[in-house]
Amino acid sequence: MTFTAEIDIMPQKALLDPQGKAVSSSMTNIGLAEISGVRIGKHISLQVEAASEEAAKAKVEEACKKLLANQITESFEFVIAQN
Amino acid sequence: MKFGVVVFPGSNCDKDMIYVLKEILKQEVVELWHKDTDLQGVDFVVLPGGFSYGDYLRSGAIARFSPIMEKVVDFANQGGYVMGICNGFQVLCEAGLLPGTLKHNNSQTFICKNVWLKPASNDMALTANLDTNKAYQIPIAHGEGHYFADDATLAELKSNNQIIAYYSNSNAEVLDSANPNGSVNSIAGVCNAGKNVFGMMPHPERAADENLGNIDGRAFFESLLKNLVPA
Repeated sequence: MTFTAEIDIMPQKALLDPQGKAVSSSMTNIGLAEISGVRIGKHISLQVEAASEEAAKAKVEEACKKLLANQITESFEFVIAQN
Repeated sequence: MKFGVVVFPGSNCDKDMIYVLKEILKQEVVELWHKDTDLQGVDFVVLPGGFSYGDYLRSGAIARFSPIMEKVVDFANQGGYVMGICNGFQVLCEAGLLPGTLKHNNSQTFICKNVWLKPASNDMALTANLDTNKAYQIPIAHGEGHYFADDATLAELKSNNQIIAYYSNSNAEVLDSANPNGSVNSIAGVCNAGKNVFGMMPHPERAADENLGNIDGRAFFESLLKNLVPA
Protein backbone atom coordinates (compact mmCIF):
# COMPACT_ATOMS: atom_id res chain seq x y z
CA MET A 1 0.00 0.00 0.00
CA THR A 2 1.15 3.54 -0.71
CA PHE A 3 0.61 6.30 1.80
CA THR A 4 1.17 10.03 1.56
CA ALA A 5 2.57 11.86 4.55
CA GLU A 6 2.21 15.61 4.99
CA ILE A 7 4.89 16.75 7.42
CA ASP A 8 5.22 20.09 9.19
CA ILE A 9 8.57 21.00 10.70
CA MET A 10 8.58 24.04 12.97
CA PRO A 11 11.18 25.84 15.06
CA GLN A 12 10.67 24.80 18.68
CA LYS A 13 8.33 27.13 20.55
CA ALA A 14 10.89 28.15 23.16
CA LEU A 15 13.35 29.35 20.52
CA LEU A 16 13.57 32.68 18.78
CA ASP A 17 12.57 32.37 15.12
CA PRO A 18 14.31 35.40 13.60
CA GLN A 19 12.73 34.80 10.19
CA GLY A 20 9.25 34.75 11.68
CA LYS A 21 10.04 37.79 13.79
CA ALA A 22 11.20 39.76 10.74
CA VAL A 23 8.06 38.82 8.80
CA SER A 24 5.92 39.63 11.83
CA SER A 25 7.26 43.15 12.05
CA SER A 26 6.79 43.75 8.33
CA MET A 27 3.06 43.13 8.80
CA THR A 28 2.85 46.68 10.16
CA ASN A 29 4.42 47.92 6.92
CA ILE A 30 1.60 46.47 4.84
CA GLY A 31 -1.04 47.86 7.18
CA LEU A 32 -1.77 44.64 9.05
CA ALA A 33 -0.57 45.54 12.53
CA GLU A 34 -3.19 43.14 13.92
CA ILE A 35 -1.06 40.20 12.79
CA SER A 36 1.72 39.00 15.04
CA GLY A 37 3.43 35.83 16.19
CA VAL A 38 4.55 34.66 12.75
CA ARG A 39 6.61 31.48 12.91
CA ILE A 40 8.08 29.92 9.82
CA GLY A 41 8.85 26.26 9.24
CA LYS A 42 8.87 23.75 6.42
CA HIS A 43 6.23 21.57 4.86
CA ILE A 44 7.37 18.27 3.33
CA SER A 45 5.18 15.75 1.56
CA LEU A 46 6.31 12.27 0.63
CA GLN A 47 5.10 8.82 -0.39
CA VAL A 48 5.81 5.71 1.60
CA GLU A 49 5.24 2.05 0.77
CA ALA A 50 4.15 0.02 3.79
CA ALA A 51 2.00 -2.96 4.75
CA SER A 52 -0.16 -0.93 7.13
CA GLU A 53 -0.79 2.62 8.26
CA GLU A 54 1.01 1.82 11.48
CA ALA A 55 4.13 0.70 9.60
CA ALA A 56 3.99 3.76 7.35
CA LYS A 57 3.80 6.02 10.40
CA ALA A 58 6.84 4.33 11.92
CA LYS A 59 8.86 4.89 8.74
CA VAL A 60 7.89 8.57 8.49
CA GLU A 61 8.69 9.04 12.17
CA GLU A 62 12.15 7.54 11.57
CA ALA A 63 12.72 9.79 8.52
CA CYS A 64 11.79 12.85 10.59
CA LYS A 65 14.01 11.92 13.51
CA LYS A 66 17.05 10.88 11.47
CA LEU A 67 17.03 13.38 8.65
CA LEU A 68 14.10 15.72 8.07
CA ALA A 69 14.07 17.54 11.43
CA ASN A 70 16.90 18.57 13.74
CA GLN A 71 15.30 17.87 17.08
CA ILE A 72 17.65 20.22 18.93
CA THR A 73 15.84 23.17 17.36
CA GLU A 74 12.85 21.80 15.46
CA SER A 75 9.70 19.86 16.22
CA PHE A 76 7.68 17.91 13.68
CA GLU A 77 4.18 16.56 13.22
CA PHE A 78 2.55 14.80 10.30
CA VAL A 79 -0.68 13.33 8.99
CA ILE A 80 -0.74 10.23 6.88
CA ALA A 81 -3.35 8.88 4.46
CA GLN A 82 -3.54 5.95 2.10
CA ASN A 83 -3.37 6.97 -1.57
CA MET B 1 51.02 13.88 9.89
CA LYS B 2 48.87 12.79 6.99
CA PHE B 3 45.77 14.93 6.54
CA GLY B 4 42.67 14.02 4.52
CA VAL B 5 40.42 16.85 3.30
CA VAL B 6 36.90 15.66 2.46
CA VAL B 7 35.39 17.02 -0.73
CA PHE B 8 31.58 17.10 -0.87
CA PRO B 9 29.63 18.41 -3.87
CA GLY B 10 29.45 22.09 -2.97
CA SER B 11 32.59 22.26 -0.81
CA ASN B 12 34.42 25.47 -1.71
CA CYS B 13 37.16 25.88 0.90
CA ASP B 14 38.78 22.50 0.25
CA LYS B 15 41.53 23.94 -2.00
CA ASP B 16 42.37 26.69 0.53
CA MET B 17 42.64 24.11 3.29
CA ILE B 18 44.85 21.82 1.19
CA TYR B 19 47.06 24.78 0.23
CA VAL B 20 47.58 25.80 3.86
CA LEU B 21 48.26 22.28 5.11
CA LYS B 22 50.59 21.40 2.23
CA GLU B 23 52.35 24.61 1.27
CA ILE B 24 52.41 26.58 4.54
CA LEU B 25 52.55 23.80 7.12
CA LYS B 26 54.41 21.26 4.93
CA GLN B 27 52.13 18.35 5.77
CA GLU B 28 51.11 15.40 3.59
CA VAL B 29 47.53 15.92 2.33
CA VAL B 30 45.11 13.76 0.33
CA GLU B 31 41.63 14.57 -0.92
CA LEU B 32 38.81 12.30 0.23
CA TRP B 33 35.85 12.24 -2.18
CA HIS B 34 32.44 12.07 -0.50
CA LYS B 35 31.62 8.81 -2.29
CA ASP B 36 34.84 7.12 -1.10
CA THR B 37 34.76 4.72 1.79
CA ASP B 38 38.53 4.57 2.36
CA LEU B 39 40.23 7.14 4.61
CA GLN B 40 43.60 6.24 2.99
CA GLY B 41 45.34 5.87 6.31
CA VAL B 42 45.14 9.55 7.26
CA ASP B 43 45.86 10.70 10.82
CA PHE B 44 43.56 13.69 10.64
CA VAL B 45 40.35 14.36 8.70
CA VAL B 46 39.29 17.90 7.80
CA LEU B 47 35.76 18.80 6.68
CA PRO B 48 36.12 22.09 4.80
CA GLY B 49 33.76 25.00 4.39
CA GLY B 50 31.27 25.38 1.58
CA PHE B 51 27.68 24.49 0.81
CA SER B 52 27.67 20.70 0.77
CA TYR B 53 24.69 19.37 -1.20
CA GLY B 54 23.54 22.95 -1.69
CA ASP B 55 22.69 23.27 2.03
CA TYR B 56 19.42 21.53 1.10
CA LEU B 57 17.11 20.72 4.02
CA ARG B 58 19.58 22.10 6.62
CA SER B 59 23.29 22.85 6.35
CA GLY B 60 25.18 19.59 6.69
CA ALA B 61 22.07 17.42 7.01
CA ILE B 62 22.59 15.49 3.78
CA ALA B 63 26.41 15.44 3.81
CA ARG B 64 26.22 13.72 7.15
CA PHE B 65 24.84 10.58 5.45
CA SER B 66 27.38 10.48 2.58
CA PRO B 67 29.48 7.29 2.29
CA ILE B 68 32.72 8.90 3.52
CA MET B 69 31.00 10.27 6.63
CA GLU B 70 30.18 6.78 7.85
CA LYS B 71 33.94 6.12 7.94
CA VAL B 72 34.68 9.52 9.48
CA VAL B 73 32.20 8.83 12.29
CA ASP B 74 33.85 5.44 13.01
CA PHE B 75 37.30 7.07 12.85
CA ALA B 76 36.26 9.81 15.30
CA ASN B 77 34.61 7.35 17.66
CA GLN B 78 37.89 5.42 17.79
CA GLY B 79 39.71 8.60 18.83
CA GLY B 80 40.80 9.78 15.37
CA TYR B 81 41.26 13.52 14.89
CA VAL B 82 38.59 15.37 12.90
CA MET B 83 38.14 19.11 12.37
CA GLY B 84 35.24 20.84 10.64
CA ILE B 85 35.42 24.46 9.55
CA CYS B 86 32.19 26.37 8.84
CA ASN B 87 30.06 23.92 6.80
CA GLY B 88 32.33 21.18 8.17
CA PHE B 89 31.29 22.23 11.70
CA GLN B 90 27.63 22.03 10.65
CA VAL B 91 28.20 18.52 9.26
CA LEU B 92 29.86 17.38 12.51
CA CYS B 93 26.94 18.69 14.58
CA GLU B 94 24.42 16.98 12.29
CA ALA B 95 26.45 13.76 12.53
CA GLY B 96 26.23 13.91 16.32
CA LEU B 97 30.02 14.06 16.67
CA LEU B 98 29.75 17.49 18.26
CA PRO B 99 27.06 18.74 20.66
CA GLY B 100 24.61 21.46 19.66
CA THR B 101 23.66 22.79 16.26
CA LEU B 102 24.00 25.83 14.02
CA LYS B 103 20.97 28.03 13.35
CA HIS B 104 20.39 30.92 10.96
CA ASN B 105 22.26 34.06 11.99
CA ASN B 106 20.05 36.32 14.09
CA SER B 107 20.34 38.97 11.36
CA GLN B 108 18.95 36.49 8.78
CA THR B 109 21.77 37.61 6.49
CA PHE B 110 24.94 35.98 5.23
CA ILE B 111 27.88 37.57 7.06
CA CYS B 112 31.33 37.71 5.48
CA LYS B 113 33.85 39.72 7.51
CA ASN B 114 36.83 39.58 9.84
CA VAL B 115 35.96 38.92 13.48
CA TRP B 116 38.03 38.56 16.64
CA LEU B 117 38.28 35.34 18.60
CA LYS B 118 39.34 34.87 22.21
CA PRO B 119 40.51 31.28 22.84
CA ALA B 120 38.46 29.84 25.70
CA SER B 121 41.09 27.56 27.21
CA ASN B 122 44.37 25.79 26.47
CA ASP B 123 42.80 22.44 27.20
CA MET B 124 42.85 20.93 23.69
CA ALA B 125 45.41 20.47 20.92
CA LEU B 126 43.82 23.20 18.80
CA THR B 127 44.23 25.88 21.47
CA ALA B 128 47.04 24.55 23.68
CA ASN B 129 49.59 27.07 22.35
CA LEU B 130 47.22 30.02 21.94
CA ASP B 131 47.06 33.00 24.29
CA THR B 132 43.68 33.08 26.06
CA ASN B 133 44.11 36.80 26.77
CA LYS B 134 44.65 37.69 23.14
CA ALA B 135 42.18 38.25 20.31
CA TYR B 136 42.94 36.53 17.00
CA GLN B 137 41.53 38.04 13.84
CA ILE B 138 39.87 35.35 11.72
CA PRO B 139 37.30 35.71 8.92
CA ILE B 140 33.79 34.31 9.02
CA ALA B 141 31.54 33.68 6.00
CA HIS B 142 28.24 32.04 6.86
CA GLY B 143 24.47 32.36 6.93
CA GLU B 144 23.90 29.66 9.52
CA GLY B 145 26.50 30.19 12.21
CA HIS B 146 24.41 30.84 15.30
CA TYR B 147 25.66 28.16 17.68
CA PHE B 148 22.88 26.75 19.85
CA ALA B 149 22.83 24.12 22.60
CA ASP B 150 20.56 23.66 25.60
CA ASP B 151 21.58 24.84 29.07
CA ALA B 152 22.66 21.40 30.31
CA THR B 153 24.91 20.93 27.27
CA LEU B 154 26.38 24.41 27.68
CA ALA B 155 27.20 23.75 31.33
CA GLU B 156 28.93 20.52 30.33
CA LEU B 157 30.89 22.23 27.55
CA LYS B 158 32.10 24.82 30.00
CA SER B 159 33.05 22.49 32.82
CA ASN B 160 34.93 20.13 30.45
CA ASN B 161 36.70 23.02 28.69
CA GLN B 162 35.19 22.01 25.35
CA ILE B 163 34.71 25.55 24.05
CA ILE B 164 37.37 26.44 21.49
CA ALA B 165 36.88 30.21 21.32
CA TYR B 166 34.44 33.06 21.90
CA TYR B 167 33.66 35.94 19.56
CA SER B 168 35.25 39.01 21.16
CA ASN B 169 36.37 42.53 20.39
CA SER B 170 39.97 43.32 19.46
CA ASN B 171 40.86 43.51 23.17
CA ALA B 172 39.70 39.93 23.78
CA GLU B 173 36.61 41.15 25.66
CA VAL B 174 33.60 38.90 25.08
CA LEU B 175 30.71 41.31 24.54
CA ASP B 176 27.28 40.95 22.93
CA SER B 177 28.23 43.73 20.55
CA ALA B 178 31.09 41.56 19.23
CA ASN B 179 28.87 38.54 18.64
CA PRO B 180 28.25 38.53 14.87
CA ASN B 181 25.49 35.92 14.59
CA GLY B 182 23.74 35.55 17.96
CA SER B 183 25.64 32.43 19.04
CA VAL B 184 24.70 31.41 22.57
CA ASN B 185 27.40 32.57 25.02
CA SER B 186 29.29 33.97 21.97
CA ILE B 187 30.59 30.48 21.20
CA ALA B 188 32.50 30.30 17.90
CA GLY B 189 33.56 26.65 18.12
CA VAL B 190 33.49 23.54 20.30
CA CYS B 191 35.17 20.16 20.60
CA ASN B 192 33.84 16.81 21.77
CA ALA B 193 34.41 15.34 25.23
CA GLY B 194 37.32 13.24 23.91
CA LYS B 195 38.96 16.44 22.54
CA ASN B 196 39.67 14.77 19.20
CA VAL B 197 36.80 16.33 17.20
CA PHE B 198 36.85 20.11 16.64
CA GLY B 199 34.36 22.40 14.93
CA MET B 200 34.40 26.14 14.41
CA MET B 201 32.57 28.62 12.17
CA PRO B 202 35.52 31.04 11.57
CA HIS B 203 38.05 30.14 8.86
CA PRO B 204 41.64 29.98 10.19
CA GLU B 205 42.78 28.68 6.77
CA ARG B 206 41.86 32.07 5.30
CA ALA B 207 44.28 33.78 7.67
CA ALA B 208 47.39 31.64 7.34
CA ASP B 209 49.29 32.99 4.34
CA GLU B 210 51.47 36.11 4.73
CA ASN B 211 50.43 37.25 1.26
CA LEU B 212 46.91 37.78 2.61
CA GLY B 213 48.13 40.19 5.27
CA ASN B 214 46.92 38.23 8.31
CA ILE B 215 48.41 35.07 9.75
CA ASP B 216 46.45 34.88 13.02
CA GLY B 217 44.84 31.66 11.78
CA ARG B 218 48.18 29.94 11.39
CA ALA B 219 48.54 29.83 15.19
CA PHE B 220 45.58 27.42 15.39
CA PHE B 221 47.19 24.99 12.94
CA GLU B 222 50.61 25.30 14.59
CA SER B 223 49.07 24.55 17.98
CA LEU B 224 47.41 21.47 16.48
CA LEU B 225 50.62 20.18 14.93
CA LYS B 226 52.59 20.67 18.14
CA ASN B 227 50.06 18.98 20.37
CA LEU B 228 48.51 16.16 18.35
CA VAL B 229 49.17 12.74 19.75
CA PRO B 230 49.70 10.36 16.80
CA ALA B 231 47.42 7.32 16.91
